[in-house]
Amino acid sequence: MPADAIETRSGKPRAGDQSSRHRALGLTDHEYELIVERLGRDPADVELAMLSLMWSEHCAYKHSRKLLGRLPTGGPHVLLGPGENAGAVDVGDGLAVAFKVESHNHPSAVEPFQGAATGVGGILRDVFAVGARPIAVLDSLRFGEPARSERSRYLLERAVAGIGHYGNSIGVPTVGGEIYFESSYEQNCLVNAMCLGLAPRLRLIRSAAAGPGNVLMLLGALTGRDGIGGASVLASAELGDEDEAKRPSVQIGDPFTEKKLLECCLELLDRGLLTSLQDLGAAGLTSSASEMASKGGVGIDIDTCRVPLREPGMEPFEIMISESQERMLCVVEPERVAEVMDTCERWEVLATPIGCVTGDQRLRVLRRGTVVADLPVRVLVDDCPLYDLEPIQSAIAIYEAPEPVLGEAESPAEVLLALMRSANLASRRPVFEQYDPVVQSRTVRRPDEADAAVLALPDGSAIAVAIDGNGRRVACDPRRGAAEAVFECAANLACVGAEPLGLTNCLNFGNPEKPHVAWQLTEAVEGLAEACEALGVPVVGGNVSLYNEAPGGPIFPTPVVGIVGKLPDAARAGRLGFQREGDAIALIGPFHPSPVGSELAKLQGQPPRGELPLVDHEAVRIAHDWVRNAVRSGALHSAHDVAEGGLAVALAECCVAGGTGASVEPPEGLELFGEAPGSGFVVSGPEAALAGFDVIGYVGGSELEIAGCLEVAVSELEEAREHGLDEFV
Amino acid sequence: MKFGVIRFPGSCDEIDALRAAERIGEAVLLWHADRDLQGVDAVIVPGGFSYGDYLRAGAIARFAPVMEEVAEFARAGGLVLGICNGFQVLCEAHLLPGALLPNVSLKFVFRQVRLDVVEAETPFTRACAPGDRLSIPVKHTTGRFYAPEAELDRLEDAGQVVLLYASGQNPNGSVRDIAGVCNEGRNVFGLMPHPEHAVDELTASTDGLKIFESMRAHVSGLTPA
Repeated sequence: MPADAIETRSGKPRAGDQSSRHRALGLTDHEYELIVERLGRDPADVELAMLSLMWSEHCAYKHSRKLLGRLPTGGPHVLLGPGENAGAVDVGDGLAVAFKVESHNHPSAVEPFQGAATGVGGILRDVFAVGARPIAVLDSLRFGEPARSERSRYLLERAVAGIGHYGNSIGVPTVGGEIYFESSYEQNCLVNAMCLGLAPRLRLIRSAAAGPGNVLMLLGALTGRDGIGGASVLASAELGDEDEAKRPSVQIGDPFTEKKLLECCLELLDRGLLTSLQDLGAAGLTSSASEMASKGGVGIDIDTCRVPLREPGMEPFEIMISESQERMLCVVEPERVAEVMDTCERWEVLATPIGCVTGDQRLRVLRRGTVVADLPVRVLVDDCPLYDLEPIQSAIAIYEAPEPVLGEAESPAEVLLALMRSANLASRRPVFEQYDPVVQSRTVRRPDEADAAVLALPDGSAIAVAIDGNGRRVACDPRRGAAEAVFECAANLACVGAEPLGLTNCLNFGNPEKPHVAWQLTEAVEGLAEACEALGVPVVGGNVSLYNEAPGGPIFPTPVVGIVGKLPDAARAGRLGFQREGDAIALIGPFHPSPVGSELAKLQGQPPRGELPLVDHEAVRIAHDWVRNAVRSGALHSAHDVAEGGLAVALAECCVAGGTGASVEPPEGLELFGEAPGSGFVVSGPEAALAGFDVIGYVGGSELEIAGCLEVAVSELEEAREHGLDEFV
Repeated sequence: MKFGVIRFPGSCDEIDALRAAERIGEAVLLWHADRDLQGVDAVIVPGGFSYGDYLRAGAIARFAPVMEEVAEFARAGGLVLGICNGFQVLCEAHLLPGALLPNVSLKFVFRQVRLDVVEAETPFTRACAPGDRLSIPVKHTTGRFYAPEAELDRLEDAGQVVLLYASGQNPNGSVRDIAGVCNEGRNVFGLMPHPEHAVDELTASTDGLKIFESMRAHVSGLTPA
């Protein structure tokens, strides 16, 4: 049927009511005009619904795509780069690790349990969509101040429960993560989930649809009205006071359905039955089908009447944009459809042919034979205008000073204890005890044992993974703060002996149409790029979450960085705690800390302002190399990066983790609580292993003693750290 | 020695149990919808969330076709080990006494716990000595063992209480710190901790191997190797 049949289908004139129609869907007048120009006609209702989602920030990255081109993406280990469902790196022995981090911030702010749960579910599907079995999940969470905000305590408790509910039930270990509390996240909490998957290199599959005449099959859950318009309504606009009304836009997760879907998809891939595979995420069928068609240079026809529905009476536009969870789309050669159906039946997974691949590069939607949408794939995927940001550094302070909880005159021992029990530094045990970190029997280092999680591979080697980001420091100085996130994450890997192979990031920022947020974003991307180049780590994928803004202002600019690395011998993975009495302790790296943006500055009520320390990138790389090699050789007994709370807190953490004391004489003039994440390490080992470095102290006793400064019993440090979060979780 | 590990839709730890058993003997997966136990010497009902466990943990799995065979196998004296969700399934199937209730905290808990072996005269603990202490992780939301007082007294008298959480280690509020129990015939054993996650020094502990080793010792004592 020709496209103009669409025009007359509803039989009513278009001209007069256009503005309300497209604006209500989040498109600007200019964007609407562009659509009309490209199509040569007004879009039909179904088409407009589809386009509004594909042209949303969430799907089109229209405010960030130009910037993201600055990030280095090539490297010797990269197998899949940005643009696929997940990036992937070669880890040797014929194996690949696929990984990606993604945000589910806005849904979690509206309904934290389901928002966080489906965030995990979504990132798992991204990973098994490339043919990898999910083997680990990490989460990066941000909330408002728990001591002052009942809402933040509620969000924390429910988001953690949601993550556990999904990850635990599906048999994928949650091996790490981070949580920080700052008042800028009061209205916009952040829930970023990262997943790693393992696959034989040869099983990696791309999402490009191919072969006109091939069958398009929908696998998994029924399609319902949940999550309609989530990508535009929730993910691409600021949150306001009427968020309760957005609750129907949040999807509901069902880990049992996903578990069956996961096992089923991996079996289908193992048996070579699929031509391509794609998960259904934001914008549902619309996005998945157009991405598959775009990558394959083909077209796709979908008959909405064949899509199995959860409720009767759903309109084609609802079917095309539903964000019902636990669904996958695949392309199958006609002669293999029966075999696919058999496998799905065995796993009790619904499998339905809903359309076919065509040769004409159009996405066509039919209802009972009538064409209700007929769009060039290019218009859906490529024609959304990309905007140049207009970055201008704000002349006035964007963020208020936090409420002081610590006076300036406290003794160093009091300061250290206050830091150890502060919400940002206290033990995460009450959280990670709600997650299963050991299922699948690979976990060599669990949370609290080392700076990065370590997962054994079959050949005796291992992969390591960590996730990091510090919004307060990026708020102070976006370029250096973002670079620090990369350095800190890589430093965590060095501490277990791992070399970084690839990086994924999630850029959580405010409204990019505001010049000061555009400046934060531009500077931060530059900082990420510089740090990645310095360490030689390629970016293989990621996600952007913008419009994290409430009436009170934007969140701290929060680039979250996840790095996957490799170590040759799982048995030699490093630990963070001091292990042996008498070991020498050294401070490694070009570590020049300052109080700017530190945890101490926050506790003292200072605003997040000022220049962060300038770091010599090459010296950082050399320090990382040395620590990594020393851990690998077995020469060191412990390694820990110096991050929040500075050297004093790093030493205290090594003492608590090892259950032993230490006496230390730090370098003269060093700010004990000053920070410069990613550039300094506290290591311990036999004195001979530290030849050439300044030994700053020795392991032993039951106290942490910092000469001329403080003496605190390790039991007291442990007590402070262990219970800091108790009343909040 | 041939172990069979049941795989329900929603099982999570079946491959872990399979690999753990393979350290001791041969091991195969048994599909929930099949009635064939493939001639195994022992059955392991693994951890996870069988059929999603949206009703009561284990309540659906007990009706699986394979469970009818397992019940028959147990009645004939075959060894059946239920771990976590498997323990819940065996209680629901009345192959083990008592019930498992939601943790006192109402939250999922993961923890490496210490266990005291109180009964070494079972096919599952004969590689241990009474008073041995095992370090094995727990991970569950519904792991609080419960039985009426009189029943508990009877279980203790009959030596059916096999494992206790060591003092101060009870993670879920189980009555009398009970971590694992067996049936009267001592050939069916359930525990909330996961011995299959304690079989390798690299991943923390090897204490769980003793459970599988005990099973092999028992089976090879009954049938010529």
